[in-house]
Amino acid sequence: MAENKIKIVAFLCNWCSYGAADLAGVSRMQYSADIRIIRVPCSGRVEPKLILSAFREGVDGVWVSGCHPGECHYLEGNYYARRKFGLMKGLLEHMGIDEGRIQFSWISSAEATKFARVAQEVADAISALGPNHKLVKRAG
Amino acid sequence: MNTYTEKIRERASALLKEGKVDMVIGFKKGTVPMATVPGIARTPQEAKAFVWDVNCRLNLAGYLTNRKEKIGIIAKGCDARNIVTHIIENKISREQLYIIGVPCTGMVDKGKISALFEDEITSFSEKGDFLQVNTSTSELNVEKADYLRDNCRICMHRNPVIHDELIAEPVPEPEIEAPFKDVEAIEALSAQLKWQHFDDLLKNCIRCYACRNACPLCYCPVCFVDESNPQWVGKGQDSVDVKTFHFLRAFHCAGRCTDCGACEEACPMDIKMRQFTRKLVKDCADVYGWEAGLSLEQRPLLDTFRADDPDAFVR
Repeated sequence: MAENKIKIVAFLCNWCSYGAADLAGVSRMQYSADIRIIRVPCSGRVEPKLILSAFREGVDGVWVSGCHPGECHYLEGNYYARRKFGLMKGLLEHMGIDEGRIQFSWISSAEATKFARVAQEVADAISALGPNHKLVKRAG
Repeated sequence: MNTYTEKIRERASALLKEGKVDMVIGFKKGTVPMATVPGIARTPQEAKAFVWDVNCRLNLAGYLTNRKEKIGIIAKGCDARNIVTHIIENKISREQLYIIGVPCTGMVDKGKISALFEDEITSFSEKGDFLQVNTSTSELNVEKADYLRDNCRICMHRNPVIHDELIAEPVPEPEIEAPFKDVEAIEALSAQLKWQHFDDLLKNCIRCYACRNACPLCYCPVCFVDESNPQWVGKGQDSVDVKTFHFLRAFHCAGRCTDCGACEEACPMDIKMRQFTRKLVKDCADVYGWEAGLSLEQRPLLDTFRADDPDAFVR
């Protein structure tokens, strides 16, 4: 892989953003290929451990996307997620993780255009920061 | 012997004698000067060993987790807030507790005092607002207010928020202007300098988990550091593992930390890990107007939500 290639892990909610990714795909929309998607049952399922674990394995950025507030499949999972992410992003950036390495969005399953646009924005923002060396566990 | 100690012994003995509680949790004298240890008394006789001084730095709320007995507990301001947290997290019921509240004027920082001497402290006593410290070669009389712990200096909840009785008249609660200066100083740094700052802060960490064990909030049956499949964090002293551990430990205290300082007190390497939790305490206050452990009526911050919670950070 070329040196300037970045890797982004996207945790997408099964009920909305993952559907949007699917729709963007079947609609043949173009967006960055740097994004690797992991499907989760709800954005509320994404805990700091998962995000740190992604950095540990060497990704350059993490993107979490869930349903719009009020539209959670489990009624309120994304509301809890929102509080958790706000505090988590604050603490990670307080520790010196570059602002922008962690991205959040709300995308419904009908919003394929928004998905493609946000995916590109996230990829551009993280590319601009370059490769991440913080919290990466090197072998040995 | 100070009046607090006398009163605590008297009340603890009485509660045990009357059979109101099965045990009382308090502080007993430590084995070296300037130290106390948490202790349990099950008989009025054992309650005679309780003490109270400016060295009761640990937090007793952690000893309540999942207990089944009727328990009497000695609680200063921060312990009481952690007891509230324990109750709202269903770790103990209010009915099981008899809380003996201690209005607190702050605990002293042992590190700051030992730094005054080259040799070891041999004796320590408290006279009003002054502390008498002796070593084998010197003696010093210092003012307590100058040697308070950092978290006690900015404490605005010195009186127990929850109690069945108070052993003394409540102390005045100070108004602290700009209590988060320490956090703001770090926030002002660039990402690289922040990273460097925390690298330096943690460079001596030996991963003994004393901070976790002393913390009244840490009661998971299996801690994330002990999980092996998947393994979230390595066991060694690799700086990435150390930072991951401290980040996750702090984050688990989000919206729950009362800044009691038990973690720093327990640390054998004098690591100031409150710098992580302080950021969360500040964000909870700034963003959600939340202070942990003040009310039995409110659910914990991360256990509830509002439809209009701020989400400017979400695309």
